[in-house]
Amino acid sequence: MRNTSRSRWGGVLIGVGLMAAVDEIIFHQLLGWHHFYDGATPALGLLSDGLLHAGEIIALVSGFFVLLELRHQRALHVTYAWAGGFLGAGGFQLFDGTINHKLLRLHQIRYDVPLLPYDIFWNLSAVVLILIGLWLLGRARKPTLTI
Amino acid sequence: MHAAETPTLITSVFWLLLSVVTLLYYLAARHHRSPRFLQRLPLFAAGSTLMMLAFSPPMMAWAHHDIRGHMVQHVLLGMFAPLAWVLASPMTLALRSLPARYARWSSNLLRHPFFFYLTHPITATLLNIGGMYLLYATPLYQASLNNLALHLMIHVHFILAGYLYCWSIAGCEPSFHPFSFKMRLTVLLFGIAAHSYLAKLMYINLWPSLPFYSADDLQTAAKIMYYGGDLAEALLAIVLFNGWLENNRKRLVRFSKRYHIEDAFRI
Repeated sequence: MRNTSRSRWGGVLIGVGLMAAVDEIIFHQLLGWHHFYDGATPALGLLSDGLLHAGEIIALVSGFFVLLELRHQRALHVTYAWAGGFLGAGGFQLFDGTINHKLLRLHQIRYDVPLLPYDIFWNLSAVVLILIGLWLLGRARKPTLTI
Repeated sequence: MHAAETPTLITSVFWLLLSVVTLLYYLAARHHRSPRFLQRLPLFAAGSTLMMLAFSPPMMAWAHHDIRGHMVQHVLLGMFAPLAWVLASPMTLALRSLPARYARWSSNLLRHPFFFYLTHPITATLLNIGGMYLLYATPLYQASLNNLALHLMIHVHFILAGYLYCWSIAGCEPSFHPFSFKMRLTVLLFGIAAHSYLAKLMYINLWPSLPFYSADDLQTAAKIMYYGGDLAEALLAIVLFNGWLENNRKRLVRFSKRYHIEDAFRI
């Protein structure tokens, strides 16, 4: 008996953690668009940033262990896990693009350039990821292949 | 500052102590004839080697005049070396290797409520990460530079507090005062947050603010603390979840044996 709900949640946790890692590696380290600290973050934002950062690490690790356990129990539903992964990644991206960047003003995507196109592209990519996740979820719900 | 021979003396004393401890682990594991501990000898030796590296003369010299060196030394001593040691379960080995009389005496001592409070994840986090706030956000760091005894005490504190923290969160050794997975996970979450918050504060305020450290070096040191700490705490989270997985698997084995449904699971 495959556990679809746990498969999906395991995927969501990995999706969130991976997206956060991608953000850290590509935008902070490789492109250097984001800064470690941009000199404008309010104190509360900095504190919540610390908690969010801790949550991302725990999410990535716990997601892998949830899926690992399901595999041991032969209860992993792969498509649900992928759907969850895309939903988690897109959801995090959208959260980052709206709450973190705009509401808490933790940091911006890039500095010294007009921000609007970047913001639009950022949140659009989040919506695309979520749509892929929803499409996969729809496919997973159809009782076709069994492996 | 101190005479030129003092750092060499410190290095020799710590290297000697670490070699003795590692040798004791090996002898106890061999005497015990348990493959479990012999298999974990490399982990224990890795922990000792990391600590020897942290106390090696070039590292001591680097840490002495450069905050970046201090931070690398701190990450090794306080996070990576203790984690490797914890994974080798040295406390279990020690208790099993002691003569029965002393082992009974030790376990009676460890049952005391004092050790419940000491090994509580919250206490361990306060001692470890609270200690970091005390060191870098107060003039304590500056005071330690001119006082060898204080300097050594701080090093020993971070080794012990780092060990206690990893031991308490990992929970991979049997304990008289076990704490729930949820408690340990929650405390780890706040521990990571507090650690990365402090690193950001140090980056922004240029702590520890001393005239002979350049802003660039201080910010690099804060980043070493942030990312080094991340890696160590992610490893700690993996150890924590591995224990959770093992526990669940054991429960599943008991359950499936009781109802004769072993075939349903690949266990």
